[in-house]
Amino acid sequence: MWEVFEVLAWAISALLVGWMVWDAMRVGQAHSENELLSSREGVDDLFGDSNRKRS
Amino acid sequence: MTDQVVAQGQPKSINLLKVLGPAHVWALGVGIVLVGEFMGWNYAVGKGGAYGALIACWVIGLLYTCVAMIDSEITSTVAAAGGQYAQAKHTVGPLMAFNVGLYLVLAYTMLEAADIQVAGQLVQIGALDMLASAPVNWEPYTILCLAILAWLNYRGVFMTLTVNFVITAAAFASIVLLFFAVKPWSPGEILQHQELLTGLPYGWLGVIAALHFGIWFYLGIEGTCQAAEEVRSPGRALPLGTMSGMITLLIAAALTWYVAVGVLPWEYVGWDLELAPLYDAAKVVSLPLQILLFVGTIFSAIASANGCINDASRAWFSMGRDRYLPAWFGAVHPRYRTPFRAIIFLIPIAAIFALQIPLAQIITFSILSGLLGYTFMPINMYKFRKKWPLGSIRRGYVHPFHPLPAVVLLTLCITTYFAVYLGYGRQLLAMMAFYIVVSLWFAFHRYKYVRRGDQFTMAWPRPRGY
Repeated sequence: MWEVFEVLAWAISALLVGWMVWDAMRVGQAHSENELLSSREGVDDLFGDSNRKRS
Repeated sequence: MTDQVVAQGQPKSINLLKVLGPAHVWALGVGIVLVGEFMGWNYAVGKGGAYGALIACWVIGLLYTCVAMIDSEITSTVAAAGGQYAQAKHTVGPLMAFNVGLYLVLAYTMLEAADIQVAGQLVQIGALDMLASAPVNWEPYTILCLAILAWLNYRGVFMTLTVNFVITAAAFASIVLLFFAVKPWSPGEILQHQELLTGLPYGWLGVIAALHFGIWFYLGIEGTCQAAEEVRSPGRALPLGTMSGMITLLIAAALTWYVAVGVLPWEYVGWDLELAPLYDAAKVVSLPLQILLFVGTIFSAIASANGCINDASRAWFSMGRDRYLPAWFGAVHPRYRTPFRAIIFLIPIAAIFALQIPLAQIITFSILSGLLGYTFMPINMYKFRKKWPLGSIRRGYVHPFHPLPAVVLLTLCITTYFAVYLGYGRQLLAMMAFYIVVSLWFAFHRYKYVRRGDQFTMAWPRPRGY
């Protein structure tokens, strides 16, 4: 029984890692590098003041 | 919700999602650390005996309380993914920031490798103990654990840390339940402190040596800072999550020590091949407790690995975003809003260490990188208060008695280096040499790619004296 579990564990691992790599490649093709690298550091609203004003 | 900035002529910016609250911050910090109550700390008993480990638990508890206070104050103002790396960039400079970033990535990736190795070995132990099966291989379960957690991290931070909250709370509850199950109000019935506790078998030198593994009780609580860019109200949530996490860990560490050394002889608890002392303590008491602690131990290992993947990838991502590393790593997934390339890149590194390197060695690599990071914090705090004194910028938390925590932290770090040198001198020197070599690489090669004008991102006034 444990042999089956071991094979299953390897297979599921390969599937998950394979999916991530595939998805990363797909995203890389569908979006420009400028877009993917456009995040900026930090936050505008350090203390959540805008949330409080809204509510 | 998402925080998008659209400038004319620029593509819509894709940022990390701001969806986390204080409970997630607690789950990240405590989740990473709690595994240290279930395993690893017991090597401190091997170095200094049961009382030596208790002293280490207190002394290192003080070290981490200083870390948590300093971190809470600075992170409540420098709210950026990368945590201490971003702090170093603002308070000290690029070379220090590069080193701190690497300390973070290595500390968390090594810890992650240790966690998944333990998770796999626990499956092996559980199959042997509870199902009386033939020996099973642990490696497939180690890799399965890594793959599932990396996938979870890849798909989004909210679900990742919500899962962490649930399994961390369950693991903590298992320690509390074990504490009550051994009837601390009735000494001598199950707990045998009077018979089992001896003096200091290796004297005070043993106590100093125990500081090395005493770190395991709390290693990683500073990881809460990595969530800064994904928290809804970082100025409040980060100090609250970090300080409440530190209190949780101080309680958990005290309960752990009390139960383990009251049920098992210190020679066994501190034995090099002893993997999970709380699980073994529960085994002595009853089968239901054994099952409970098995689940608690495996949950703690999973929660820790999960938090480490989150933190290591944020640090790596931040360094990529600032061009300290190739910019390619600074990408954010347009749908899941996670640093997906950093997550994938670190998977094979964790897998190789988990499969190839013995646990105590991986733990030591992690501890050393963590310790180097803690040594930076007093310098960081000193510079931060000097350049931006109280009142000059808004802080979510102001730590008391400055500069006492910074001085205590620096003193304890130096003492702990000596403790590490006693047992793992070669690894310590090799690690130092590694950081010197990569610093040279950064200074003479990589630095020319760094966008120097973009380093300072916080909306603060000009520092005093500039």
